[in-house]
Amino acid sequence: MTLLACPGCVAAAHVADTAADAGSQAADAVYIALPQIRCAACISGVEAVLAALPSVASARVNLSAKRVRVVLSPGHDLSRALDALNEAGYEAHELDAAALRPAGDVEGRSLLARAAVAGFAMMNVMAISVAVWSGAGDATRAMFHWVSAAIALPALAFSAVPFFASAAVALKARRMNMDVPIALAIVLAAATSLYETIADTGAHTWFDAALSLTFFLLVGRYLEHRARASARSAAAELTALELPRATRLTAEGRETVDVAALCPGDRIALAAGARAPVDGTAERAAMIDRSALTGEAAPVAIAQGGAIGAGEVILGAPLTLRVTRRAEDSALRRLAALVEIAETGRHRYSGLADRTARLYAPVVHGLAAAAFVLWWAVTGDLHHAIAVATATLIITCPCALALAIPAVTAAMTGRLFRAGVLLKSPTALERLAEVDCVLFDKTGTLTEGVARLPDLDPAAASVALALAQASDHPASRALAASLAQHAPALLEDLHETPGAGISGLWDGALVCLWRGADGPELHLPDRRIPLPMRETPRPGAAEAIARLRRDGFDVAMLTGDGADRAADLAARLGIERVHADIRPADKAALVHQMAAQGKRVLMVGDGLNDTAALAGAHASLAPATALDAARVASDGVMLAGDLRGVCDTLDLARRARRRIRQNLILAAVYNAVAIPVAVTGLATPLMAAAVMSSSSILVVLNAVRR
Amino acid sequence: MNILVVLIPVSVCLGAAGLAACLWTLRHGQYDDLDGDAARILLDDADAPPPRPLTKP
Repeated sequence: MTLLACPGCVAAAHVADTAADAGSQAADAVYIALPQIRCAACISGVEAVLAALPSVASARVNLSAKRVRVVLSPGHDLSRALDALNEAGYEAHELDAAALRPAGDVEGRSLLARAAVAGFAMMNVMAISVAVWSGAGDATRAMFHWVSAAIALPALAFSAVPFFASAAVALKARRMNMDVPIALAIVLAAATSLYETIADTGAHTWFDAALSLTFFLLVGRYLEHRARASARSAAAELTALELPRATRLTAEGRETVDVAALCPGDRIALAAGARAPVDGTAERAAMIDRSALTGEAAPVAIAQGGAIGAGEVILGAPLTLRVTRRAEDSALRRLAALVEIAETGRHRYSGLADRTARLYAPVVHGLAAAAFVLWWAVTGDLHHAIAVATATLIITCPCALALAIPAVTAAMTGRLFRAGVLLKSPTALERLAEVDCVLFDKTGTLTEGVARLPDLDPAAASVALALAQASDHPASRALAASLAQHAPALLEDLHETPGAGISGLWDGALVCLWRGADGPELHLPDRRIPLPMRETPRPGAAEAIARLRRDGFDVAMLTGDGADRAADLAARLGIERVHADIRPADKAALVHQMAAQGKRVLMVGDGLNDTAALAGAHASLAPATALDAARVASDGVMLAGDLRGVCDTLDLARRARRRIRQNLILAAVYNAVAIPVAVTGLATPLMAAAVMSSSSILVVLNAVRR
Repeated sequence: MNILVVLIPVSVCLGAAGLAACLWTLRHGQYDDLDGDAARILLDDADAPPPRPLTKP
């Protein structure tokens, strides 16, 4: 093999024949996420690994989606395939097929099919129109018009459906959008052209103009759809990574069931570090981490029979949970439902496209109507008056205007996607461009959960781990997590002194993990090692904040923790304004209060406690590690753990806004020239087709340039 | 001018054939993984092309 290899496939060197298809059926296909693949060698490597397995009937990698579709042989499951891929050096995760949308992009395909039909019809009709424009005689021209009509009308009936549908929805809701003038222009052009064809009055027909309008707009819409679909499918993949499964304890033993199938009274096993999937009661005393829900970083102790809510993390030791509520009734779900309600508030934000349409459509419709009335009154020629009105609608038709905003949004959303930021909402870029104040959640957003320790030699590390594992104190828990790659030492006679530390015997000598001046200290027989515990800021956090402040943003930190801990971190990161010790509801209230003061807030947060604030803020971003509800509530998800993504997103959003303005000015200049020509009755279909296409292409080129 | 009676149907039919081919590729998922197809061209397994999963329309 003579291919360049990317880091993802260095570990996998052997290449064999690719998998053979064994009558694959769409129904029993499963998907595996392969986040690290990015080159041809990865494709052949993954397919070779899977082809060698007897449990896999066929496998095909999709590089754009970074996943592989696997058809399993009857009676096998996916575990072998996952193990084999991980052994070969490819990071692989099973995906929940139910949470993924069907692999084929139905909407994109239908848009492409409509664009293909419009393009085909446009080319044929234009070829025929050239003959008419160059002066075909009476009978020939009549025939050409009939042929054009025969091609154009069915093609329009199929291709322009998206515009008709969207215009119908808007009109039904008594709103105005860009599709209303488009649909009207297409219908009017087709209708008058058909009339000209039947009456054979010798006037122009507009079939080619209507078709090229449809074609260009469909291409623009497809580009926009592609940019957003790739972001959406990646977001769906994040959700699909969390398999909604639980281990139920029954009289016969353990079984794996869907969370949705759990009933009150069931007992489920939860490993240490697992998230409770449903509400329930603990069968023994335990420590739980509620930080995702309440923002408290410290673990909470609960007694036997204490209530555990969905989304809380079990610390220390495995636990058996007795289910009290079905999954759909859990507190977590009810909160998520509240978030959905909050989200609908944001949908009222009308994008620049809709606002422009509201201004533009009445002007164009009014102009066309005025031209019609004027020409009819002055010349008394109803037929010519309709022709001028049609010309006005077609030539001013928002080809450039309707492309100006989607093309820029598509280009910038795609650029952000490649940089690791997924935007979900169509108006997110515009709202991000207006932001002047950034609020960061502390735990999980500015900081990573794991504390970083000084380097320990293996012996010290294994002793520290063994001591830490014996305690449920938050410091011990963080210590144990950061030393997880070591093996614990064998200790005897472990003893915990509450509030002071934990001690034990190591080869007969006393060792202990004791409270020191700043953080715990590890006491070994021959030395004493301080283990200063601090929350580790996320990579790029300090730089991102410095950059935001330099660019004139008002930066503040929100946290449910006490003021001391918060102030320490804020000082290290260079944040001046800290709102400490606030409850989830206060976060949302603070966001609303700042909005009332006229600030446009960008909220960056990851926990369930942030969701109300995320949904209520002018714009919001969540890291990929965030809880599902937080990712749903925010406008964008940052896949890379680096907080500099926030600055890049804001930069690109502002650039997108500048580009949109340029495009709108271009479109306005074009219309200022084209409208007088059309209204005075000088426009011909040839002119319309040429001018309309060139303005569309100009706008798209401006959108995609660097 | 009689030649038009032949030429116009022929040109329309050719265009329709192209359109049909385009729709066929669309229905068989040939635009689903453009990045992957760009990379696959580099693989030297010409005698055993990997099967493409047919997605039923």
